[in-house]
Amino acid sequence: MTTRLSNAQIAWRAAQDIADGAYVNLGIGFPEMVARFQPPGRQAVFHTENGVLGFGEAPPAGQEDWDLINAGKKAITLNPGAAFFHHADSFAMVRGGHLDVAILGAYQVAQNGDLANWSTGPRGVPAVGGAMDLVHGAKRVAVLTDHVTKDGKPKLVESCTLPLTGVRCVTRVYTSLAVVDIENDHFVLREKLPAISLDELQAATGARLHVDGEIADLIVPEL
Amino acid sequence: MDKRIPSLAEAVADIPDGATVMIGGFGGSGAPIELIHALIDRCLATGSPRDLTVINNNSGNGHVGIAALIEQGMVRKMVCSFPRSADPRVFTEKYLAGEIGLELVPQGTLAERIRAGGAGIPAFYTLTAYGTDLAQGKPVAEFEGRQYVQERWLKADVALIKAELGDHHGNLTYRMAARNFSPLMAMAAARTIVQVTQVVAPGGIDPEHVVTPGIFVDGVVEVANPAQEEALNRANAVYPEVEA
Repeated sequence: MTTRLSNAQIAWRAAQDIADGAYVNLGIGFPEMVARFQPPGRQAVFHTENGVLGFGEAPPAGQEDWDLINAGKKAITLNPGAAFFHHADSFAMVRGGHLDVAILGAYQVAQNGDLANWSTGPRGVPAVGGAMDLVHGAKRVAVLTDHVTKDGKPKLVESCTLPLTGVRCVTRVYTSLAVVDIENDHFVLREKLPAISLDELQAATGARLHVDGEIADLIVPEL
Repeated sequence: MDKRIPSLAEAVADIPDGATVMIGGFGGSGAPIELIHALIDRCLATGSPRDLTVINNNSGNGHVGIAALIEQGMVRKMVCSFPRSADPRVFTEKYLAGEIGLELVPQGTLAERIRAGGAGIPAFYTLTAYGTDLAQGKPVAEFEGRQYVQERWLKADVALIKAELGDHHGNLTYRMAARNFSPLMAMAAARTIVQVTQVVAPGGIDPEHVVTPGIFVDGVVEVANPAQEEALNRANAVYPEVEA
């Protein structure tokens, strides 16, 4: 029996909420997997911060063109209808609220929608990239994350203890155990794995999970 | 009008010690490797320029381009959003040793600050970074019920950028995603020097296709087969080359 979803399964679940024709930015790393799981018949248009709209899959090894990369500096290809633009236009798409969805990773998400995903503290070289722009850039800002850290601590918390990326910005969280909306400074539980009880889920969550109507079963294919 | 410059050495000859230099590119895409290396050659020959403030999205990768500029000790401070890369050791070691400064700027704010510098707009307000460590000390104002952070323009003495076609007037086209910051930097620098893959006569670029109009460009130097930073790094290139 499934006791937690894999990263691919979390990405699959998030992909089901992306409409055909949506303009979408996927954060570097784990969120990039969402592109693989678009439901049949739907095609989102993917945006990357360095200045491409409508990019496709990675090219075969040896056929990379290093002038054609994404924000993670990985080689990409173009879909028909793609466009290039400079960085200020790219971030006008982001900061002007023109994207439909941004999907990001997280260290911590607070019940009021605060997000911490850029720094784990003052050690080393700080680096932010586009994280602080993206959290304010889309009509929906969704987070993909394990429900708890590797050592079992909640990642959904009352208030973030790590440096913030943005204030009151996250609208939905897809975790390895549940789907949780953020509404009026509360976590509202929408879906949970059938194998886990509400009490068990609450125990793994650092803030109160509110229930507003039916809690659906979180059912995801084997991937 | 003819903005052509005959050689890379002449293109970078006037950049003084202490200059603020915008360098185009996002990772290897759009990085003007030959202009950067010409600047290193000049410093090795003459001891100048040094104490540069360099503005770029990143802080170099491997041992070529901006990383090589830092490795030669020519850079006093980096202004960037993401000072990490596949091989960031040159910057990381100097930063942790306190030998180089860093102003960390969110990527969209960096782009917009450069655009503002080029457009004569001294400051603007943005949601980005509100309530975070990167907004500390910056003025905040409320618009339509939300709090926004004031950010200031960013200007430079010189911009070094890479384009695809350039005509004698400095009109430019770019190749694929390689334009990134370059059209903005061309506007924001007092003097903009461009390496282009091919120089063409006026009329050689369809006006419909011009991305950067020549008014923002001061000098154009042809580099017919430009190196790609990513390809150099995959070949473990080092600049200047070490004598065998």
